[in-house]
Amino acid sequence: MKHMTRKATRHISQNEGLIFEKSSPGKAAWKLPALDVPEVDTAKLLGKQEREDLGDMPEVSEIEIIRHFTRLSTWNYAIDLGMYPLGSCTMKYNPRVNEFVARVEGLANGHPYQAEKISQGALRIMKTLSDCLLEITGMDAITLQPAAGAQGELTGLLMVRAYHEAQGNARKKVLIPDSAHGTNPATAATVGYAVENLKSNERGMVDVAALAAQMNEDVAALMVTNPNTLGVFEQEIHKIAELMHAKGGLLYMDGANMNALVAKTRPGDFGVDVMHLNLHKTFSTPHGGGGPGSGPVAVKKILEPFLPTPVVITKPDGTLAFEYNRPQSVGRVRAFYGNFGMFIRALAYIFANGPEGLRQTTEDAVLNANYIRKGLEGVYDLPYSTPSMHEVVFSDKLQSKQGVKTMDLAKRLIDYGFHPYTTAFPLIVPGALMIEPTESEPKEELDLFIEAMKSIAEEVEDDPQYVLDAPHHARITRLDETAAARKPVLRWKREV
Amino acid sequence: MRYLPKSPADRAAMLQAIGIRSVDDLFSPIPAEYRLSRDLAIPRQMAESEIVEWFKQRGKENGEGFASFLGAGAYSHYRPVVIDALVQRGEFLTAYTPYQAEFAQGTLQAIFEFQTMIAELTGMDLANASMYDGSTGAAEAVMMAVRITGRHSAVIARNLHPEYREVLNTYATHQAIPQKLIPFTASGQIDLKQLDQAVDDSTACVLIQSPNFFGTIEDVEAIAGIAHKRGALLIVSIAEAASLGIVEPPRCADIVAMEAQSFGVPLGFGGPYCGVLATKEKFVRQMPGRLAGQTVDKNGKRGFVLTLATREQHIRREKATSNICTNQALVALMVNIFMTVYGKIGLRELAKQNLAKTAYAVEQFGKHAKVLFAGAPRFNEFVVETSEDPYAINSRLLGHKIIGGLPLKKFYPELGHAALWCCTELTTRSMIDTAVGLVAESERSVLSKDAEPEEVAR
Ligand SMILES: Cc1ncc(COP(=O)(O)O)c(C=O)c1O
Repeated sequence: MKHMTRKATRHISQNEGLIFEKSSPGKAAWKLPALDVPEVDTAKLLGKQEREDLGDMPEVSEIEIIRHFTRLSTWNYAIDLGMYPLGSCTMKYNPRVNEFVARVEGLANGHPYQAEKISQGALRIMKTLSDCLLEITGMDAITLQPAAGAQGELTGLLMVRAYHEAQGNARKKVLIPDSAHGTNPATAATVGYAVENLKSNERGMVDVAALAAQMNEDVAALMVTNPNTLGVFEQEIHKIAELMHAKGGLLYMDGANMNALVAKTRPGDFGVDVMHLNLHKTFSTPHGGGGPGSGPVAVKKILEPFLPTPVVITKPDGTLAFEYNRPQSVGRVRAFYGNFGMFIRALAYIFANGPEGLRQTTEDAVLNANYIRKGLEGVYDLPYSTPSMHEVVFSDKLQSKQGVKTMDLAKRLIDYGFHPYTTAFPLIVPGALMIEPTESEPKEELDLFIEAMKSIAEEVEDDPQYVLDAPHHARITRLDETAAARKPVLRWKREV
Repeated sequence: MRYLPKSPADRAAMLQAIGIRSVDDLFSPIPAEYRLSRDLAIPRQMAESEIVEWFKQRGKENGEGFASFLGAGAYSHYRPVVIDALVQRGEFLTAYTPYQAEFAQGTLQAIFEFQTMIAELTGMDLANASMYDGSTGAAEAVMMAVRITGRHSAVIARNLHPEYREVLNTYATHQAIPQKLIPFTASGQIDLKQLDQAVDDSTACVLIQSPNFFGTIEDVEAIAGIAHKRGALLIVSIAEAASLGIVEPPRCADIVAMEAQSFGVPLGFGGPYCGVLATKEKFVRQMPGRLAGQTVDKNGKRGFVLTLATREQHIRREKATSNICTNQALVALMVNIFMTVYGKIGLRELAKQNLAKTAYAVEQFGKHAKVLFAGAPRFNEFVVETSEDPYAINSRLLGHKIIGGLPLKKFYPELGHAALWCCTELTTRSMIDTAVGLVAESERSVLSKDAEPEEVAR
């Protein structure tokens, strides 16, 4: 018998096919109201544009739909079930009141083009959230328009570019540390900048001497994540800012890790010129299986003229309005005003916390990460011993001696009833185990996690093959990703 | 703080285990001069009841209880109750992107079904899941076409949603994608002659919208013919997904860039919505965004994984097809459930009701004002030109708790007195009659004012 966990027990899970496999003609889950206008002759109205048939769209009843999606849901792991320590993703509790207020009648049904006179509620939410985020970041101006972190990066870099263009030289490249998330270089390329890698030093931080050597008038900006993706605070951040500014460059901060900083320090105070926030990380809006997110971008005064349009302004009579006439704006990055539903949720989260709640949240997030670090140090290799903030990055160096890699350990963690940590990056740590518990975990859950990780490490020594074959207790065993990519099957087709 | 699961004793025990005295020690890496020593100046901590009350007040200030004729890229359709019941299940709501497939099969299978239904509805081979919205999806589709064709310019319909065009401009700014804008004709459709002249062998793609911004349906086949004969791709943007229930899908397009908000997604003051790209199989490796694919586990059991990740930023970094990471997954699930509820027959019947309401409204408005762009089929939007400025008419309608059509002056100065109206299955006959009555009144009063000076002269 392998080591087993106190966290989870196997239980019956329902099988469920594809919805198309349940479909048969004549079943229906819909009923339209009686038509109060005359019926129309569709052929006459549409002519050759009329569609006759919707092909293989399903025909099922309501109870089947409820069961279908409920069964599927039980195959997922979720924060609501337990700790979800995906590093860099900040999988914290998603408060239910957020969902409730997002569905308030006038807010859920508000049309983006309804007159401003009857949109004061939505505008007030945007304004209040903006004010809170500016205070939290220490910045001067903000746009809520970007739909996620990556689009925030795009917006930020567009503004950087517009700023440099206004100075007469767009510059050529953006510096990005080798520890950065993949969206950073992908975004820089979209904005037409060449990406130049910046090596981290032996402590896992930006090598300030190397930066000084690489920085010149061709560099538009440095994109730094702080704390960086090792969970390490860039202790020389102010020097980094000075170096950038001395040569006319700007400092961009990827704010994905703001959960380590809120109410403890403010990027605007330590020299950041432009940054994005992820409302779906730091501010508790649900990840929903991959989105939606929201990626507000906060900037210093010098970048304000370049904000996307429209911008929320207060009119002399105290009412709020959208301002479109901003000649230096980078333009729109999205139709309408952004993922408004996420603004509601983030603001509800800020209200529920207040200043002291936000501070305690940050402290608990950092405390939890350090508790895990202490609990697993020695069991797993810690490539950088620099102090951790909200997350800790181990490596599989010890376990890979037995041929067991981070992904294998991750799959075994599933058997223990935990979602795995992040395995894919930072790239500077080969075989990374990037663990971010967030503040939402009680001590008992952290203890169970540490126990599970220790137990897996023992299994690696005793019977590495067993770990390599994991998961053993999930609905399915390890899936063949190579086959999926070689001959992609991306949709269901009726067998003929 | 009620979201934090630790007692002071827990914290003390954890600090002791770590071997430090105070939590402040953990923040010592932050240089002292940058540590915040005061409270944030944000609203004080609120009780749940206070939070609910605050947002209810905001809802009341936000057009609550108004009947609306607005469309223009954001449509008011009925949302079956099962949608929210299901998407609020914590296993969907509070899961991340399904990177660990064995522990996320629910999300992955749902995505696979979503991709299938979108492909089926759009007449394409396959679809991604998802893009941020219809506007960014259209911009990404243009960049995709540039990669596929190796050509660099784009031809854009002027009756594409103006805000989609703005977003495309923003995305294209630093990619050197010159654009040509094609005007529309008296039918509201794009000018095929001008299109024919504009497309040349530097054209990567033609981007149109159908039903277009004015609600009329384009002759997609003719447009495809023009694009394809010069080796350009055709991208069709669909902002009103409900049209797919009864309007022939753009099967001859190369990429369909769709906004799926109509399928069960609340208006929500403009977002979150759900963009989707659908395309031909041969273009899949240039497609941005997440794709779920079918595979098997070690025992041969069917399962689903995120696939073709080598297109994406976490593998390819600056050479990725797009920088997108977080997308609109939960909104795509709403769309998925909506499509499942209505299905093969319901989507058609739903679209038919939209047609019927619109036909009735067009007829009624036509008795008193000018309905522009007649002569081409339309789905659920139409443009009404009035003698009076539509802003003035709209502010009178507001007095009757009705939100009138979208004045077009802002986007199309030459349509200064025209407004874009929309009817869906939720628009009632009495709403239409009231609105028509007020427009008729406005017309009469303008006419009698016009007549007055003549009478004086006589
Ligand atoms: C450090 C970092 N930067 C950027 C991103 C991208 O953010 P989003 O997924 O919201 O686009 C992520 C999210 O995964 C991240 O962890």
